[in-house]
Amino acid sequence: MTATQDPARTTEEGPDRPAFTYIGKDRRRVEDPRLLVGRGGYIADMKLPGMLHAAILRSPVPHARIASIDVSAALEIPGVVAVFTGEDVKAHMDPCMNFGPATITQYPIAVDKVRYVGEAVAAVVAENRYIAEDGVDAIVVEYEELPVVSDPRAALEPDAPVLHEEHGSNLGYERTFEFGDITAALESADLVVEDELHWGRSAGMPMETTGAIARPGHNGVLEIYCNSLNFSYLQFLLAAALRIPSNKLKMQPVPAGGSFGSKFTAHKVPTLAGFLALRTGRPVCYLEDRLDHLMNSDHHGSDRYYKVRMGFTKDGLITGLDVDVVDDYGAYMQFGVGTHGNALSQAVGPYRFRDLRYRLRAAVTNKCQQGAYRGFGSEVHNWVLERLVEQGAAKLGIAPEEIRRRNFVLPEEFPYKIPGGNVYDSGNYPGVLEKALSMIDLEHWRKEKERLRREENRYIGIGIATTQERSVFSSTEFWFWFDEPPFPITSSPESATITIDPTGAFQLLLHCQAMWGNSPETVATTILAEEFGIEPESVNVSYADTSRALPGTGPGGSRFTVMVAGAVRGAARKLKKKLIDIAAHTLEVAPEDLELVAARVQVRGAPERSLGLPELAASAYFFALNLPPGMQSGLEESYTYDHPYTTLPSPDRSDLGVFYPIMGHACHIAVMEVDPDTGMTKFLDYVAVHDAGTVVNPKSLGGHVTGGAAQGLGSTLYEELAYDADGQFRSSTFLDYLVPTANEVPPFRIGHVETPSPYTEYGIKGGGEGGRMVTPSAVSAAIDDALREYGMHVRELPIKPADIVATVQAARAKG
Amino acid sequence: MTTTENPAATDTRTITLRVNGREITRTVSTRTTLADFLRDDLDLVSVHLGCEHGVCGCCTVLLDGQSVRSCLMLAVQARGHEVETVESLSADQTDLHPIQEAFAEEHALQCGFCTPAMVLRCKEIIADGRTRTDEEVRREISGILCRCTGYQNIVNAVQNASRRCASTGQEA
Repeated sequence: MTATQDPARTTEEGPDRPAFTYIGKDRRRVEDPRLLVGRGGYIADMKLPGMLHAAILRSPVPHARIASIDVSAALEIPGVVAVFTGEDVKAHMDPCMNFGPATITQYPIAVDKVRYVGEAVAAVVAENRYIAEDGVDAIVVEYEELPVVSDPRAALEPDAPVLHEEHGSNLGYERTFEFGDITAALESADLVVEDELHWGRSAGMPMETTGAIARPGHNGVLEIYCNSLNFSYLQFLLAAALRIPSNKLKMQPVPAGGSFGSKFTAHKVPTLAGFLALRTGRPVCYLEDRLDHLMNSDHHGSDRYYKVRMGFTKDGLITGLDVDVVDDYGAYMQFGVGTHGNALSQAVGPYRFRDLRYRLRAAVTNKCQQGAYRGFGSEVHNWVLERLVEQGAAKLGIAPEEIRRRNFVLPEEFPYKIPGGNVYDSGNYPGVLEKALSMIDLEHWRKEKERLRREENRYIGIGIATTQERSVFSSTEFWFWFDEPPFPITSSPESATITIDPTGAFQLLLHCQAMWGNSPETVATTILAEEFGIEPESVNVSYADTSRALPGTGPGGSRFTVMVAGAVRGAARKLKKKLIDIAAHTLEVAPEDLELVAARVQVRGAPERSLGLPELAASAYFFALNLPPGMQSGLEESYTYDHPYTTLPSPDRSDLGVFYPIMGHACHIAVMEVDPDTGMTKFLDYVAVHDAGTVVNPKSLGGHVTGGAAQGLGSTLYEELAYDADGQFRSSTFLDYLVPTANEVPPFRIGHVETPSPYTEYGIKGGGEGGRMVTPSAVSAAIDDALREYGMHVRELPIKPADIVATVQAARAKG
Repeated sequence: MTTTENPAATDTRTITLRVNGREITRTVSTRTTLADFLRDDLDLVSVHLGCEHGVCGCCTVLLDGQSVRSCLMLAVQARGHEVETVESLSADQTDLHPIQEAFAEEHALQCGFCTPAMVLRCKEIIADGRTRTDEEVRREISGILCRCTGYQNIVNAVQNASRRCASTGQEA
């Protein structure tokens, strides 16, 4: 395979695009009825006979040797069954799954040392959660405190205290990629914009925390029910940590009350529950409470410090981008640096420049580990990119919409290979921008901004920003960082099994954890309806456990809609062929003379000669002698859909290959008022236009956009997982970590543009993350614009009112 | 400290209250929260625990018709009161209440975790039959956090439910 191989193109693009019956219509979700009556089937709703409950003692100090743990008082409490510490996990299990350096290992309970506030020190298992919490209170731990590393840049200094002695330093990983010639690109520029930026820590913070129930079952099989994701992909790694054969671990997905990345491969909770069940021989539930989740969720989001430069010609054409980023990964590096692979998949944004340097240093510090949050690190890079474009436009006196027009990759240039090797499949960036501009009267707001400043002393700002929305990740992004990766995986498939039962009713089996607030069942049944002409609501959807699951990867990187559509359509094709073969045999016509229309197989041109699904199903199940010779009884087909377009990185990594090609795009325009005396902000209007290819359900895609934009707003103005200089965690409750309420989130006006992907079934692109990927840039630009006369320049998120006031006061003091 | 020294762990009371229209008498630990009592003793699992410190509002129930956070109340404090959860609104998912229909129509839910609380809050605020601005609705639902929707469709659902209940004359 070469890095430039072009995959098969599907037929869904262009003027010949077929008309759809179900796809593209606003339809009610099939998930909703059960959720509306409060029967979502969440992990906390499950009760197994004899089930015990675990509570965790967490470290109050950021860095210490555990000198002693006295659990005797806890064990005396009636109802406490057992207490486990790091000694127990070290003796009976192997380290947790880890895609980071092998010299940085992690257990679900700290072994010998604690490395951040909130790390688990002991687990109490008791008859109920109240007694388990009593047990936690009764444990006495002696800590020998060690020097703390809180600032990731200081962590990389030669004399910094080291968190992992075996690793030898706090530099978890370092690499520089250069594509093109960045030195020449910046030297030839008429203007070079330089900046230092900090994207602060926030997290997905779903309303439901992560939880798991583990039960020692029959035949030595450990059953784990959990609301975290990806375990049909990664179950064997969890089995390895627990030292059991993978065929003796059965993981059953349980619907999640939101994830947004926070439950993506959230492995420590199910691993711990499994360990506790194996040690006690009883079913054990471990469900994080909110404090657990805030300080020790499986992961926080990105926390990055940037030094960046971008070159421009005097006409506003971008010449190159030079990135030097230190990423604060916290105490462990469970997923390696995949969040920067995401950034590289759209490193140049929607723009045409060819020269790029990307230096990454991953720092290890005394904080909670890092992982996925909606955008998976690409949203951070996009904010940095758009901050620089914004400054270039301002310095060159070019309107923000105009500088983008001048730099956009144009519709006729696709497929477009970016510096680094990823390919953008298709797009219409000018079309998205013009659509957004058509939804808002920019000239009105620009005049209003001047008038309000002049007549009412009010400060209005307009922010325009774009983003790429890469979707459908390929696993190569997790290892192309390494020259000799230990496990250079290239698969990230999704599967579906369609069964038509003997009465003609549909069962759809999905092979991964999928329901976490998105609309997997609505999407999959819409595709099934499109293929068979049945009503989506008539289909029963269930999820396979890992003992029978076909290859599946689950949601993540906005892949699920594209991938499940491919899997369902693939299985549908196979099943339709079987139905037609049965009908051809029964009706004594050639199969090619038959078609499936509205749940009946009929003769082309003679629809009165037809057989309905119940008749065909009855034949398939009960009348084997009526079937074509050699055909097996039953009506069930499965299909595993592989990534539609991925290529290998080159051995020297001068080309990273195609790893995230299904490329969406968005443009947001925010109009905000900022009070320079209080730093308070208010939205006056907000327009969001997204292109996610063929839209399956406009309403549910719109829900992703508004929900994502609200989260982007949170990361921009309110949410901060803050640590002080001593490594103490300052955001351990919802009174400190400010999730936006309905008062803070404005009404977003949504528009859709559809540029179908040439590589996916139906032309669908992913659309789960884009909302969060552009709001930070639009809001930062609007705030800068409102207070430009005071030199306002957003360099750090979240933007706090105090920072705004300080900027204004400093400018006023200077006069 | 052992349990014999910790009366909180063993102290119980027998309470009688009305839950979703039925009189219930149970003996409960005095430290059991109303939320845990509803979920664990009565299997009313629509009461969702999001933070257990009174901020997220996912555990909202109606107590004598007014919304309360059931994680901040003890079960014994509900003695003699009337508690309503979402289970009272519809017999099953094929026969939804107009408020629930409005939520489905407006796509006012994604993961469903805050949904029962939002539905109950909606029932409480539209009971007066008054027409509200979207801004007012936003203020009135701001005590419950939703992480999925960005709230806009919930605002639309409250307005939709208000219209449905007004036009059918059905009491919210």
